Amino acid sequence: MDNTVISVHNLVKKFGSFVANDNLSFEVFKGEIFGFLGANGAGKTTAIRILSGLSKPTSGEVNVAGFDTYSQTEQIKRNIGYMCQKFSLYEDLTVKENIMLYGGIYGMKKTLIKERIHELLEKLHFEEYENRLISDLPLGLRQKLAFSVAILHEPKIVFLDEPTGGVDPITRRQFWEMIYETATRGITVFVTTHYMDEAEYCDRISIMSDGKIVALDTPDNLKKQYNAATVEEVFIKIARPNPATPQSRLGGTNTQHHSKLIPPKREQGGQNRDR
Amino acid sequence: MKRFLGFVKKEFMHIFRDYRTLFILFGIPAAEILIFGYAVSTDIKNAGIAIFDLSHDEITLKLTDKIISSGFFKKTETLLNYNDIDKVFKKGKTKAVIIFQEDFGKKLVREGKASLSIIADGSEPNTATLVTNYTLAIVNDFTTDFAGPALNNAIRIIPEVKMFYNPNLKSYYMFVPGVITLILILICALMTSVTITREKEFGTMEVLLVSPLRPIQIILGKVIPYFILSFVNVLVILALSWLVFGLPVKGSIILLLAECMLYILMSLTLGILISTVSQNMQQAIFISLIGLMLPTILLSGFIFPIENMPKIYDYISMVLPPRYFITIIKNIMIKGTGILYIWKETLTLIVMTLVFIGISVKKFKIRLE
Amino acid sequence: MTTILEEINMRTIFYLIRKEFIQIFRNKFISKAIFAVPIVQMLLLVPAVTFEIKNIKLAVIDKDMTPESRGLISKLEGSKFFKVNFSTFSENEANDLLHGNKCTVILNIPSGFGKDIGNGKPGKVLATIDAINASTAELSWAYLSGVIRDYNMDIITENINTTPVIPIPQILVTNRYWYNELLNYKFYMLPGILVILVTAIGLLLAGLNMVREKEIGTIEQINVTPVRKYHFIIAKMAPFWLIGLVDLALGLLIGKLAFNIPFAGSILTMFLGGSIFLIAVLGLALFISTFSGTQQQYMFIAFFTMMIFMLMSGIFTPAESMPMWAQDFNLINPVAYLMRINRMVMLKGSTIHDIRIDLYSLAAIATCFTTLAVSRYRKTA
Repeated sequence: MDNTVISVHNLVKKFGSFVANDNLSFEVFKGEIFGFLGANGAGKTTAIRILSGLSKPTSGEVNVAGFDTYSQTEQIKRNIGYMCQKFSLYEDLTVKENIMLYGGIYGMKKTLIKERIHELLEKLHFEEYENRLISDLPLGLRQKLAFSVAILHEPKIVFLDEPTGGVDPITRRQFWEMIYETATRGITVFVTTHYMDEAEYCDRISIMSDGKIVALDTPDNLKKQYNAATVEEVFIKIARPNPATPQSRLGGTNTQHHSKLIPPKREQGGQNRDR
Repeated sequence: MKRFLGFVKKEFMHIFRDYRTLFILFGIPAAEILIFGYAVSTDIKNAGIAIFDLSHDEITLKLTDKIISSGFFKKTETLLNYNDIDKVFKKGKTKAVIIFQEDFGKKLVREGKASLSIIADGSEPNTATLVTNYTLAIVNDFTTDFAGPALNNAIRIIPEVKMFYNPNLKSYYMFVPGVITLILILICALMTSVTITREKEFGTMEVLLVSPLRPIQIILGKVIPYFILSFVNVLVILALSWLVFGLPVKGSIILLLAECMLYILMSLTLGILISTVSQNMQQAIFISLIGLMLPTILLSGFIFPIENMPKIYDYISMVLPPRYFITIIKNIMIKGTGILYIWKETLTLIVMTLVFIGISVKKFKIRLE
Repeated sequence: MTTILEEINMRTIFYLIRKEFIQIFRNKFISKAIFAVPIVQMLLLVPAVTFEIKNIKLAVIDKDMTPESRGLISKLEGSKFFKVNFSTFSENEANDLLHGNKCTVILNIPSGFGKDIGNGKPGKVLATIDAINASTAELSWAYLSGVIRDYNMDIITENINTTPVIPIPQILVTNRYWYNELLNYKFYMLPGILVILVTAIGLLLAGLNMVREKEIGTIEQINVTPVRKYHFIIAKMAPFWLIGLVDLALGLLIGKLAFNIPFAGSILTMFLGGSIFLIAVLGLALFISTFSGTQQQYMFIAFFTMMIFMLMSGIFTPAESMPMWAQDFNLINPVAYLMRINRMVMLKGSTIHDIRIDLYSLAAIATCFTTLAVSRYRKTA
């Protein structure tokens, strides 16, 4: 289907005898903000690594951006963006140098890159940081910049792995505004998070537990289905981990201590867009 | 106390889980001993020699034969003209060329004098010197046999030589003490400095500092495992040398081990000192390896005698602890002397250790403030 | 479509290499080290690493006290190789000096020495040499015998009138040292130090750099991009290849300026050898980095490997004197090849033709190491 950007059928990933991804099947549509939730150890990271071409499935069909993950990994990479919490930008390079590097890697012409740098810096209001080392920037700025770099080359999909970890609420909100704006442009956003309130603002979410997908729907539908007021409640109800796994904490326990995210402004759009 | 022991245990765990490093720590000495003992040698064996014989008579052939069959040499080529000499040296296999003048035999018998030239490849000075010397000795021998009793008049002095401590001129007599010196300072200084700076770099040092553990306990905890590890390493090296080469410890083993412990202590404090001046692991590694290792190998008297160096190196090596320790080990292991002969060196090491501790404590205090 | 792909390839490498250079030169420590290390190594180490015999401390036991014995002693005193610093009558005292490291050689002239010589009988002397350092012991003995031989000649020529003239057959030996007339050890060691230098830059610095990316995790970010394996590898190797060659040039320059080392051969040949060698070493560094999780581990493995290669390469001792198995090992030891090439080109002026076999072998090793490294280096798990 033209509207599907990610299609997964019966994905299985085993490490030895341990099954990290157990028969996953789902689809993600163009321009969606797709939330990928689950407790620690549920298999999220493994799945994302497969989707972004970093590892290969044990079995199953996986198509990303129209390319097959077994044989067309390089094409997949050209058409996606990726931002992980641990690291995204080189600390000992300046803002400008990082952007030039990634732009060049993704094959953008020099003039185009320069244009984009200007646009980006203007939009984020940090023109003065152009020649600052990343290590000198505060975390919030870094994350925003990392996200912008991840979509610099206008990929079809951008994968965000816990992008707002450790960041203050205002910056989180700004970040989500950026995500909305990106989705509006037609770039699919595949995001994992532990912040349950963020999950509310995805178009659809999926919840993983013990290697399986136990829920997949819009936040509203899930709340109705499980008779819950918030996604957090839904999560707690269904993502109860297996007593055998070493995890005794659920992800997102901290959300109780965080102030609720003030709903960011969202422009016309959502999964009703037609492209 | 329990806390402290817990901490020491954690440090041990870190070390033992890192199989690769552990393997190398014990592997390096073993490998070095084997290489130094069996492979590296300064003897002349199979040195390539080319003959440029302008005479080709019975005498030159006999003398050539004597030279070739001596066991030191291996004939590479027979040269036909003078230009070939340069060519054959350039190829690299020939270390010396022997030139017999024309009518060598005739001149020797009739006039009592004949000329021979040894041209050695001076780009390897040691080899050149030894090759020249061995050849000279062989020629002298030949002359004695040839001349018979008449030559007795020409030999006035017969020198005899006794190679003391190492009659068979085995290279490992020098290398084993050197390896011990090198390995101990490598393990102790390098590893200690790295383990401390790693905590600094990853931020876990702060965690340690806010814990109930006192700074001194942290340092001791980091250092004790390496102390024990190095000590074990010394025992392994000594055992290896004994098993593989039959190299005994001529003097008192107790004294030897005591001195080793002193040296280990000194190296550990040096490691601590390095960690106080390094911001991260990369710097610590660099300073320890390039700043410590190379001078130790090359300037401490390990391979190259300090006496041969320009005077200024004598002074430079005075600040290098390995210089003193090598003397100490050699004396105890090979010369079999007691502490009387090495008290000066021992004292120097003690003083150095105290100085290192002093500086480290000062720097540490400054950092905490 | 193909041209765009090609474009991406070349430009990607270019951007990656640029990033590497920025990172290297922004690192204050490394950027200083790259230039400081060759300079310091050359200036400090080259004059030190010598086997040239000088000032060997000699103790004399003269039980004879005749003009002949005193003549020998003054000959020794006049020699630049030895320094007669003790004179005693007691063997015990002399042995004590030996134990206490106060002298290295004892020359014992027994009583009757002068008388014997006067009577036409050979006089005996006994040299006791501290032989812990076997090579200096042998060299000391060689020089000592030389001095004694000279003295021998002196006696003969002095007494040529008093002894009956019997034609004694003599073989007159002259000896010369080519390429290094004065047996200047620096000429020998400088190429060796250069090799250590280049190896250190390639193996230690470059490899550490590769592992650091792994350790910090930046490698993951590169893995998700279209950057291909070989782009990344070339970008990692190229800067240090260049830096290695620059350091080689710097080392040679210092050698010329500070020590006046002759350079008999062609500089291009040197650099050819150096270039191929660097590829081999960088390939090796990459290979080792695939086994190491942390910088520390890498350092150890790399250092270990470097030590073994260096010791076996003939840097301090002639490689031909080694047992067969050691020489076989050197067939895959890149350091051994560069050592030979450097010495032969610098001191003897050997040409590319002369060293062609070494060059081919080095190239083969370089290809081998790099291929091994590339195949082990996986982007996808």
